[in-house]
Formats: sequence, C-alpha cells, structure tokens
Amino acid sequence: MSSENDNPSKLSSTRRKLLMGMAALPAVPMLASSGLFSSPAYAQTPATSAVNTTGLAVTDTEVTVGILHSVTGTMAISETGSVQAEKLAIEQINAMGGVLGRKIKYIQEDGASDWPTFAEKAKKLLVNDKVAAVMGCWTSASRKAVLPVFEQYNGMLYYPTFYEGLEQSKNVIYTGQEATQQILAGLDWVNKTKSAKSFYLIGSDYIWPRTSMKIARKHIEAHLGGKVSGEEYFPLGHTQFNSVINKIKLTKPDVIYAAVVGGSNVAFYKQLKAAGIDLNKQTLLTISVTEDEIDGIGGENFAGAYSCMKYFQSLDNPNNKDFVAAFKKMWGEKTVIGDVTQAAYLGPWLWKLTVEKAGSFDVDKIAEASAGIEFPKAPEGYVKIHPNHHLWSKTRVGQAQLDGQFKVVFETPELIEPDPFPKGYQ
Amino acid sequence: MTIPAPKSARTFFLRPQDMIGIALLALLLLVVLPLALDNFRLQFVGKYLTYAFVALGLVLCWGYAGILSLGQGVFFGLGGYCMAMYLKLEASSPENTKIQSTPGIPDFMDWNQITSLPWFWEPFRSFGFTTLAVIVVPAIFAFIVGFAMFKRRVGGVYFAIITQALAAILTILIIGQQGYTGGINGITDLRSLHGWDIRTDSAKTILYFICVGLLLACILLAYFVKSSKLGRILVAMRDKEDRVRFSGYDVSSFKIFVFCLAASLSAIGGAMFTLQVGFMSPSFVGIVPSIEMVIYTAVGGRLSILGAIYGTLLVNWAKTSFSESFPELWLFGLGGLFIAVVLIFPNGIAGLWQSYVAPRLGPLFGGAPTRRAAPPSASPPASGPIAPAAAE
Amino acid sequence: MFSEYSLTELSSIFLMQGFAGLILFSVFLLMALGLAIIFGQMGVINMAHGEFMILGAYVTYFTSQFFLNFIPGLFGIYFFIAMILAFFVTGALGMAVEWLMIRRLYKRPLDTLLATWGLSLILQQLYRTVFGPREVGVELPSWMMGSLPVTEVVEVQINGLFVMGLTIAITVAVAVLMYKSSWGKQVRAVVQNRVMAGAVGINTEKVDRYTFGLGCGIAGVAGSAFTMIGSTGPTSGQLYIVDTFLVVVFGGAQSLLGTIASAFTISQAQSTMEFFLSGSMAKVLTLLGVVIILMLRPQGLFVIKVRR
Repeated sequence: MSSENDNPSKLSSTRRKLLMGMAALPAVPMLASSGLFSSPAYAQTPATSAVNTTGLAVTDTEVTVGILHSVTGTMAISETGSVQAEKLAIEQINAMGGVLGRKIKYIQEDGASDWPTFAEKAKKLLVNDKVAAVMGCWTSASRKAVLPVFEQYNGMLYYPTFYEGLEQSKNVIYTGQEATQQILAGLDWVNKTKSAKSFYLIGSDYIWPRTSMKIARKHIEAHLGGKVSGEEYFPLGHTQFNSVINKIKLTKPDVIYAAVVGGSNVAFYKQLKAAGIDLNKQTLLTISVTEDEIDGIGGENFAGAYSCMKYFQSLDNPNNKDFVAAFKKMWGEKTVIGDVTQAAYLGPWLWKLTVEKAGSFDVDKIAEASAGIEFPKAPEGYVKIHPNHHLWSKTRVGQAQLDGQFKVVFETPELIEPDPFPKGYQ
Repeated sequence: MTIPAPKSARTFFLRPQDMIGIALLALLLLVVLPLALDNFRLQFVGKYLTYAFVALGLVLCWGYAGILSLGQGVFFGLGGYCMAMYLKLEASSPENTKIQSTPGIPDFMDWNQITSLPWFWEPFRSFGFTTLAVIVVPAIFAFIVGFAMFKRRVGGVYFAIITQALAAILTILIIGQQGYTGGINGITDLRSLHGWDIRTDSAKTILYFICVGLLLACILLAYFVKSSKLGRILVAMRDKEDRVRFSGYDVSSFKIFVFCLAASLSAIGGAMFTLQVGFMSPSFVGIVPSIEMVIYTAVGGRLSILGAIYGTLLVNWAKTSFSESFPELWLFGLGGLFIAVVLIFPNGIAGLWQSYVAPRLGPLFGGAPTRRAAPPSASPPASGPIAPAAAE
Repeated sequence: MFSEYSLTELSSIFLMQGFAGLILFSVFLLMALGLAIIFGQMGVINMAHGEFMILGAYVTYFTSQFFLNFIPGLFGIYFFIAMILAFFVTGALGMAVEWLMIRRLYKRPLDTLLATWGLSLILQQLYRTVFGPREVGVELPSWMMGSLPVTEVVEVQINGLFVMGLTIAITVAVAVLMYKSSWGKQVRAVVQNRVMAGAVGINTEKVDRYTFGLGCGIAGVAGSAFTMIGSTGPTSGQLYIVDTFLVVVFGGAQSLLGTIASAFTISQAQSTMEFFLSGSMAKVLTLLGVVIILMLRPQGLFVIKVRR
C-alpha cells in the first residue's frame, strides 16, 4: 500500500488540527528537559546536502520513512496496534516541527503476514523509496527475513516486539524487551511474593516460547532453587488444552508459566477457566498476554492472572496519561494499548532524537549515535538505548482485572540492562 | 477427449505450434522482461517462476493424470530446505560463527544447545549431494506416499485431503524441531554459493536466467512426457481408469511415476526459490501455499503446460500489484479468482486462448492446424472417482 | 511419572482425563457432522466449513451484545437463541452458496474443493472488513462457566457437559432425520443412485440444497458452541480445517456411524497421547497415525457399498 499519509482519513481537518495541537502539548516540556534541541540544528533547517550524504529520500522540507507491518493475513490482528502507534508518533513529531526542520512523510507497505513479502517490501522501501528509516515487523520470522536486506542495503529498522533475543545488528533498534528483560525479574517477583517453588511451563511451539522457557527453566533451577514440574509446547493454532490442564491439576504447580499465542491463547484461558482453575487462587504468570489479547480472551476468563511486561495501559504517570489520551483521540475510545503498541510508539521518537543528536539522516551516523539516546517522555517512563541497540527498560508485573486492564503490582526499581546473549542462560 | 498424435510426433515430440509457444515464452522471459523491468521487479518475476515449476508438475499430475495433490508445498519445501541446508552450512563457516559456543554449526543450532552437526546435515556440505538430494529426496517421499495410496487405489478427494494432512504434519514437525530445522523462522541469512555471493543484484540477475533456463528445460521434459506413450496413457487413465486397467496396464505405477515427477519439479522450484529469495521457512510448506499453487495451475489451464506458466506469472503479478494498492481487496480478488476459474473458465487462460484467440490466429501462422477442431469441452471430466475405486 | 502420586489422585485424574477425551470427542464430532453430511451426500468437500463455523460464532457474539445492551435480564438464556439463529443464518448462507455455486459442480468434486476454498478466502476477508481484524470476546452467561466439583479433585466442566449434550442431541436429530424421516429416505436414495432417485420422482436438486443447508447450519451451531472453548476472529476457522477433514475422511464418506467412530478414535488417541507426551508430538503422531491407517484402509473405517 503505497498510499502516502492516508492516516486517520476519517478525521476532519479541523479535528486533525486540534489533534496536532493537543498532541504537541505533552512533548513541549520534554524539549526543555532533555536539552537535545537547544543546538542550532533545531533553530534553522540545515542544508539537505549536509544531513543526507547517502541519497536518502530527504528534501528541504520532508523526510520519508517506511512503515512495514501486516495489514492483511493472520498477523493483521496483532500488528494493527503497532501501525496505529507509529502513525500517532509521526503525527505528533510533525506537529512539533518534524525532524531537523523536515516533516516526516511515511510510506506504508503491507507485509501480508508473509515473510518473503516482508523482505521484498523492505527492499522496495530501501532501494526504490530510499526511506531514511523503517518502523516495522512484528514476528521474529519477519524480522529474520528482512534482516539481511537491511544489512545489505544499510537501512535502519525500529522493531517493536518483545522477542527471544539472540540477535544484535547495527541496522536494527529493538524497542521491545529481549527475553531476559521480560522473564527474570518476573520470576524473581513470583518466587519472592508467592514463595513459588514449582513451575509448569506451557507455550506455543515456536522459537520465542521455547527460547523464553529455556531461560526461565535455567533461572528457576539455578537461581531460585525451584523446580520445573512440566514443560509443554503446542502447535500454533492448537485449540484443545483439556489434557494439559489435567496434567497441571495432577502436578499442582505453584505457578503456571505461560507463553501461548494467537488463537490458542483464547482457547487456553477459556478452557482453564472452565476446568475450574481459579486464577485468583492458582498463580498464573504469562509473558504473552497484553491488553490486546485480553480483548479476544475476555476479561472474565483472565482476571486474576499476572502478566509480565514493561508497559501496561494503566501505568500511572503523566507521560502515559497523555499518550493514552492522544491514542484514543486518534483511534477511538474503544482501542486498547498493549505492550508492543507502546514499544512501536517509541520507534519514531527514538529515531527523531537520534537524528537530531547525529545531526544527520545518514544510517551509519544514526547507528553510531543510537547508543545512549534517552527518551524521558516514553509512556513506559524513561528509556535509554544500550550500545547493543536494545532498550534499557523496567520490568513490570500486572494483575488482570475484570475490565481487561492490568493493575500494576510490581515494577523493578531500576532499569534492566538488555542482554540479548545472556551468559549462563543458553 | 483425445490428444491427436500426428505421425510426425513419433519422430519429434514437439508440434510446430508447441515450438512457437515455447519460443515465445523464452523470448518473453529471456529478452522482453529483463529489458522492460528494473532489477527489483525482475527479481519478483524470478520468484514467481519458482512457483511455475510447481504449477508445471501439477499440470502433469492433476491435469493429465487427474491426481489433485494439495500438498505440493511439501515437495517445494523439501527442495528448498535441501538447498537452504547447503547454503546455511556454507554461511556457517567457523570464521563466520566464532562468537558461538560451538563454531561451525548453523546459528540456530547453537541457540538450541546442539553442539555438533546432526548426521543428516553432514552430507549437505557437498554441493553435488545437495543437487542430487533436491531432486531425489522429494521423489522418494512422493514414491512412499504414492505407492501406499495408488496401489490401494486411493484417489480423488481422499488423496487431496491426505496430502493436505501431510503438509500440516510437515509444518508442525519443522516448527517443532527448531534445533534441526530453524523452526518457524526458517533457515535465514543465506549468503553464498561456492563462495559466490548470491545477495548482490548481479548474482540475482544471473540466478534469474538460470531459473528461466531450468524452467524451459523442465517444460521440454513435460512436453516429452506428454507426447510420449506414457502421457497418452495418463490421459486415458484420467478419463476412464478402469478401461486402462482392463487393457492390462498397471495404472498405479503410472500414477506413482507422474506424482514423483511432479514432486521433483516442485522441489527444483523450491531450491531455486531458496537461492533467489535467500531463505526458506515453513510458511511455504503448509496448506495455504499448497492450495495457492493449485490455483496458479487452474488459472493458467490445468491441461496446458505453457498455460500454467502464464497463470503463475499472472496470479502472482496480480497479487503483488493488488496487495500494493488495495491490500484489503486482495483476498476478495483471490477468492473470486478461485471461484471464477472453476465455474466460468475451467480450462483457464489456455482454454480461453484456444477457444477464442487461437482459431483466429491459425491462418496467420501459415495455416498451421488449430490444435483442436472443437474447443475443449467446457467441463473437464471428473478427475477420478469420488470415493476410492475399491468401494465399487 | 506417576510414582509420586497417591492412588486416589491417579484414579481421579484418569477419570478426568477420560472426561477430557469425551469432550474432545464431542468437539470433533460436532465439527465434523456438518461436513460429513455434505461429503456423504454429495461428495463435496466444503473447504469453507471453518468459515461457516465462525459465522455461527459471530452470530453468537452479536446476539450476546444485543442481549447485554437491550434485554440484560434474559442474558442467561441468550446462548440457546444464539445457536438457533446461528443455525438458520449459516444454513441460509449455505443454501445460497449451493444455489450459486455448488450445484453447477456436482460432476466435478475436486473443483468444488477449489471453489469452496475461494469462498473461504472471501468470507475471511469479509469478516475482517465487516467485523474488524481483531478477535472478539464472547461473554458467556455465568451459569455456563466453571465446573461442578464431584470429588475433591474430580471436576466436571460445565461447558464440556454442554458441548456433549449438544453433540448428542444433534447427532440423534441427524440420525432420526436421516434414517427415520421420509426426507432422510430421499437423501439416502439420492446418495445411492442419483439418476434412479430422480426417475422415481425425488427432486434431487431440492434434496441437495437442503442437505447442504443442513450441513452448513450444523457447522454454524458448532461454531456457536465453540465460542465457549475457542477464539472468534476472521481466521479462527482455519484452526479447525485439518482436524475436521481427517475425522470425516477417516470415518468413511457415507456413514454417520463412521464419523462417530472416527471422531472417537482420533479424539481418544490425541487426548491420551497429549497426556503422556508433549503437545506437539502428540499432534504429529495422531495425524501420522490417521494418515497411515488411511493408506492401509483408504475407504475409511466404515463404508457402504455404492453403485456408480
């Protein structure tokens, strides 16, 4: 879909102006506090030849970026939120003057839930459209498919999803958590507050759950002195969980640790509830259910369970309140915001900050300047890019409520260092 | 319906109009498209053409032998994975992988605590073995499946559903055994073939021409099979299997042969796919891609070898351009195409060509005889009995 | 793996596991019934079966929304109304599809497979466009959730009982319809010899249309029931495809008994293996087992002689 800036087409122009004004508000204090914009770069637009030495699509007034997600196919359910968040961020950035004096224009492409399509579209964005950066991908498979393209044509990808780690590239900024950031602190918390010793691990059968469970198992056995009483994986799309639920009943673990995804997720929690497992009594900790998924599962089927994320829509801080308000204003009152949606929102902002620090759109300079970029106005709170291109971020545990929102019951006091190749956990 | 077998065919397997058709296709693929399209689009065509191998196999096995396989993705995948294993091993040289705890094995194995190369990966260090495996492994697999089923006279819908289940099984297996297969991400980041970097534009252009060359060779092979006695027995079998059996032919052997041939053709396509796209993943093995490949054949014309190639190109081109401009509408278009091709023009593009265009073109080519006096019957014969013949 | 458990624990778990197997059996049978009727009667494999089921699920969702917003007092019984609505909506769609598409293809069973696959793509995109790409959560009346404690460990899922009861009711209804009613006699006559049936005055076209509608309607009811245990989204129907087809094909085409036996065998095998092995392996082994048995006994478990 090469339609340019067709974002919230349903908004009237007056509404859009209102929106832009409103969206700009929360960002203003940030300018002062971060001090990144006091440089002359912001006061006067630097010459295009100076900020773009590699032939990217940058003019005196505009800079083009790409958005690459699945709008069709099975992954469209998950990726919609990310697209919305990225468009919101771009709109907000434009409302406050753009990047280096240039408005961001975006080209959206549809990956169609098909990995070669992702690779092709990535190549189109980089080769034909010469975009300065791409916000996109959701599944690990799509990222693995585009990674060689980004490395070959030297593009910059901002990848929003929490993922299994084991990857690091000059050409990717991972704005979601890698596995250890999501897993370790949550397990520590459940071990301490629920004195949990035995864990039943259950996940969908693919790389992310398997890698995550491997890290979880090592942590449980080596650091918590606990034991894993069962470990099960089910094919993607599996809908019958009664047998494993019986096994869980037999083994009576202190904690059910779940990473089930997609349609299976819904089936798993509905059947768990039907089997009489009360999630208020049986501790269940998951790393795969955000507010987005609860929509499909139904709040009443999931209430009481704990989810381990870095962001919840209910986070109580001014950044998040502004973000949630702006998001709902743009995309409707009923939309919910999950962890990945927030991480996708960070992408354009981090890119903007990096460009302004580097004083250039050149990918090499951005890759270099990324380390140490700070974004204090992130809805999840202050974040910072690590030299390994992942984000320092907090781990939080939320307990699901009947209305489909989470009540945050724990957050790490410090930012957790991203460690995509964790020693001792592989 | 009979295919006229003129006397000349006994000495040479191509009729004049076939030769013209192949020459035109070669002209299009080797000259027109490379000149007309930029590198980026040409690589798309290269990818589409890998599916054309599958479509070609389906013409033989579905169009001529009446065996509808909904699991051709299995063979496409087997071929692709064989090639991917070779390329991955080359990309995982000890120097490239020295940060791993076990250097020299593919990165995904290292992540899965596999400390030495599994035995079945070992032979894929050799390019010769890989090439052989691309053709032979799927054929053996097809032989096992075909032998079990055709000897027991499983056919029609049963065969279709069983092949579909096989596609599902293989997908689950590949995804589940990620230490050996790369799991759902597939085998990615393939770099070079014998030290030749396959990621550059020039390499991709060369691969495109190799792909076209192979495809043309396979087309000739298909024509040869079609015009041989074997091809005519296949058609006879599709139309009246029992009659062929009563005439003393071993029907199942012919079916097994053509199924194996189709499998090998698909696998060559898969291997070329891996080379051109640079990775292989289980999403090309499953049910959905397998059925999509059937539709390429149906659109092109299930009875036409060249039609299948054009059908593949057309559907994929439509898919790419449709999904670029109206992603929402694409599935409606594809679904509508399925229905239209079945209801309105069951012989696909080739059928339309033969009914409307060819009769008018005939005189232009020095009065070359039109292929068929009458347009092919609007409804091809029922492709095999509904229930296995054993039920009779 | 069992050494650390007491005998009572084990026996109650086996009891529950047996019950889980029965639930799975009911689910499989319910999924496959509609398809089996269509396949048995006309040799048509309806690849859009999953999408018909999801239509039933959406009907349930909208009924629940309607009751919540307008007559919350009767929310407790909405599910029954939803199922009836689902039956008629999907049945009507099925009859329309038969009239527009399937009836032109009776001589080409493999082509119906392609055409209905195309239909399934269109329906999926239609759901996505009309109902949105996200899954919807269907709220259930509270009495349908949870479980009945029998002993301390043994608990019986209410929704499992519900699905079982529903499956039994529908199976019995179908059996009566097929084997006791005059309409059923017509259907069976058409299956055995279409031309002769036509010659003795049976309106075969009408029989076909109603049979197809009935099959789709049952799919709709199944989809409605599955909102209790599964997800409702544009592509959820795909989750059921392989299982459903295998149950039908494994059972042998033209026999209700075959479908029942096949659903039973597959569900018990899967449920038992899931208990003793890990999830993915159990699935692969079940599918492989079915495929291998089908290779050995291609006509399925049960088959009636048909003259063609």
